[in-house]
Amino acid sequence: MNTADYAALSAVSLAARVGEGDLAPLDAVEASFARAAEAGAGADAMNLILWSDRDLAKRDAAGLARGMGIAGSGGRLAGVPIAVKDNIATLGLPTTCASKILAGYVSPYESTAITRLREEGAIVVAKTNMDEFAMGSSTENSAYGPARNPHDVRRVTGGSSGGSAGAVAAGITPLALGSETGGSVRQPAAFCGIVGVKPTYGRVSRYGLVAFASSLDQIGPMARNVDDAALATEIIAGMDPKDSTSSSVRVGSYRDQFLSLATSPAPLDGVTIGVPEEYFPENLDTDIRRLCERAIDAFKSLGAKVVDVSLPHTPLAIPVYYIVAPAEASSNLARFDGVRYGFRASGASTLRDLYAMTRSEGFGPEVTRRILLGTYVLSAGYYDAYYKKAQAVRALITRDFHQVFGQKVDALFTPTTPSPAFPIGAVTDPYEMYLSDIFTVTANLAGVPAISLPIGRSTGLPVGGQIMAGHFQEATMFRVAYALEAALGAEAHQ
Amino acid sequence: MTADAYEMVVGLEVHVQLKTTSKAFCGCSTDFGAAPNVNTCPICLALPGALPVLNEKAVELASRAALALGCTLNTVSIFARKNYFYPDLPKGYQISQFDRPLASDGSLRIDAGDGERAIGITRVHMEEDAGKSLHDRYPGATAIDLNRAGVPLIEIVSEPDMRSSAEAGAYLRTLRQILHYLRVSDVSMEEGSLRVDANVSARPRGQKELGTKTEVKNMNSFSGVERALDFEFARQRAILERGEKVSQQTLLWDAAKGEARVSRTKEGSHDYRYFPEPDLGPLVLDAAWISGIKAAIPELPAERKKRMAEEYKLSAEDIEQLTAHPALADYYESTARKSGDPKASANWVMGEVQATLNASGGSFDNLRVRPADLAQLIKLVSDGLVSHAAAKKIFSLMVETGKPAAQIAHDESLLQVGDDSALAGWIDEVLSEHPEEAARYLAGERKLQGVLVGFVMRKSGGKADPKRVNQLLMSRAGAG
Repeated sequence: MNTADYAALSAVSLAARVGEGDLAPLDAVEASFARAAEAGAGADAMNLILWSDRDLAKRDAAGLARGMGIAGSGGRLAGVPIAVKDNIATLGLPTTCASKILAGYVSPYESTAITRLREEGAIVVAKTNMDEFAMGSSTENSAYGPARNPHDVRRVTGGSSGGSAGAVAAGITPLALGSETGGSVRQPAAFCGIVGVKPTYGRVSRYGLVAFASSLDQIGPMARNVDDAALATEIIAGMDPKDSTSSSVRVGSYRDQFLSLATSPAPLDGVTIGVPEEYFPENLDTDIRRLCERAIDAFKSLGAKVVDVSLPHTPLAIPVYYIVAPAEASSNLARFDGVRYGFRASGASTLRDLYAMTRSEGFGPEVTRRILLGTYVLSAGYYDAYYKKAQAVRALITRDFHQVFGQKVDALFTPTTPSPAFPIGAVTDPYEMYLSDIFTVTANLAGVPAISLPIGRSTGLPVGGQIMAGHFQEATMFRVAYALEAALGAEAHQ
Repeated sequence: MTADAYEMVVGLEVHVQLKTTSKAFCGCSTDFGAAPNVNTCPICLALPGALPVLNEKAVELASRAALALGCTLNTVSIFARKNYFYPDLPKGYQISQFDRPLASDGSLRIDAGDGERAIGITRVHMEEDAGKSLHDRYPGATAIDLNRAGVPLIEIVSEPDMRSSAEAGAYLRTLRQILHYLRVSDVSMEEGSLRVDANVSARPRGQKELGTKTEVKNMNSFSGVERALDFEFARQRAILERGEKVSQQTLLWDAAKGEARVSRTKEGSHDYRYFPEPDLGPLVLDAAWISGIKAAIPELPAERKKRMAEEYKLSAEDIEQLTAHPALADYYESTARKSGDPKASANWVMGEVQATLNASGGSFDNLRVRPADLAQLIKLVSDGLVSHAAAKKIFSLMVETGKPAAQIAHDESLLQVGDDSALAGWIDEVLSEHPEEAARYLAGERKLQGVLVGFVMRKSGGKADPKRVNQLLMSRAGAG
């Protein structure tokens, strides 16, 4: 199979071809590695992949082929090569979070999400580049250098799941896993012109996802179309006894719902879509505004009712996020102390030195900044003024969503990002960088599901539109996204 | 001022290891004494991405203890992270509870010497244990054993209600006994399943406000706690008498030197940055579950003492001794019921049984003489089939061999002879061998009866039934 044919295949059709015996899992894996070699070659090397092992992937493919010979079926993702963000524990490949402090670390156990994907026949071919410990919005904060956007290698992929987004955009895998804490799947998906999903908090097990901010973190699929993203979400979603925050709410068959409406002339009939004014500020990029308006027109033509709504506490989301997330991170990252695994600084003569030197040398500047910030806001005398108050405001942000979704609004539509992908090295002020998540952090703070999908181009660069829904209303979210994707057709990439 | 012019004020924080088979937040075994780091997994090793899952059994045991201490179980409690760096704390934080503990507002009645007193229990909360740092295993290096990391604990915090080291000792002994009865913990200070930190202050007698307190740690026995409290109180009193101020600090008790020294690590300056544990939801207990736990609370020491005193008519001292440990009390009650002889059972249990246990240092589990076996032996004695002296010999053979009493009595020819013809033969021989005493006895000198019975017993090798010998002698003297 040539790499161009491979790169055009969706996960659903690839698995179908494998299931029909039309394509060998081994050939899919080989095509993926060939495509990765193309993307990684030369001066334009995209630096999307941190770790891969061709022999291991080939063994997995051969194992799958053998299993299919016995069982007859290979699963819903039979033979589909997947790329996995480097903060999700996988057997056989390192899990370093793109940090020096975990250099060489290979997890002795596997994350629940990966186990579930493997059970459906997926083959892990790569661990992808990311901002160190998922802290960043550009995949420039990697101990292994920045990832480059396949649409323009001088620009960032977005982040923190930039390597996964780039791998899908570059045709290395049809499907990847990223993780979200404040937009880390949706923002790079928008920058790279693909689909990225942030499920409801508790929808997907976090077991095996290296924690950044436990109350916000969620694993999410990245794909080239809504159907693939929905399939992957269905597979990884659901109660996991190993994650006490995973929900027992039943997982719906998202695909069945939107596929059954695929031939309907008005697939969004009866659906009300809210457009929150806070996400369309006066200074919004004009191209992005124009593309959003085009999408809103499409919703109307699909039979949806579009209404203006308000989420008044939205402006507080970034400050709240940058208190809650670093606070939890300061505690979650305490385990990286050089005592049991990972990097340990040499030359320490006291316990205090061992900690200080290991952590100073092992963590990059952004991680260090957030640990310090988080430690500060949890300190005696500051806890009430910062952490406690931030949690109170977070409750108000969540209430905004409950109120909007309680008023017969089924989904919200917004831009995913305030701008398209920016040039590598262009954003140096941390706060300016934090603002690139301004439209995405709210869904994490409130715990609601959200998806970003391509809605067009601005000066040749992909632009993403975001659809949010109520807690555990993934079915509605996918229904709206699938209909928009179909309505936009080729325009989504123009 | 004299010593009496100052008053000691003590509050205790007691950490108790819960008797679960698996750890608080993972499935690892809590076995004591396994090879280092064998009982570990990704969760208790704090590997990246691992998450805690609460052990329901630990909640059950903690709740049982809290209810038995008169606490109110909070229907919603919150786990919190206590953040600090130490090599034996793998996550860099301990999962504990902070501003919303499992239970609060209980009390414990203690015997204060001059009557009963209630000591307030501020709170009972759940937490996990840390691992162990071994500083003496490898020269120049510290080794870490994480077998204990994640083992479930409860911390029982008292009010500053104790006024002497003796009261503190009484509180600890009463608490240990209750926890033992509840079967929630092994409560052994030696094995570390019970640990005590003491907050102590001194104030002029009559003063309402509390003095500045210090925290004393590192005691490894209850008497060590008492000694440490007396030492620290004397130190504080001397400071106050000089007109100086006690500074708030942590001291470590050195049992060998009999003194407490200021800890080098500044415990008081720790900022643990508590915040709610986001990996675990709030712990919610529903009313039906709580009443189930309540119903499962066994009879506690105070109730049991009262009941046993009425049921078996034993002295207060005997009751105290028999109820010291629930297994001992169970053993006694079972023996008393099966033998129908509470007094003899008490004597046996407090005597031979206790001595056997003490000598072997073992538990009831290893004692081969079960209550039914002992009851049989007691019956043999009361039926006159075995003498007291023979019974002691039989008991020690029962301990050794595990055989039933009757079989040993038979095999060892220790059954008393109550057969009149055999007894008459021995009596005839004794009377003929001691003609002078025989004549005087038969002439009415009754005080010689004991002497003659003794001769018969000796002649029979201890096997003659003394009661029957008495009767036969008396009938010969015509008094029958």
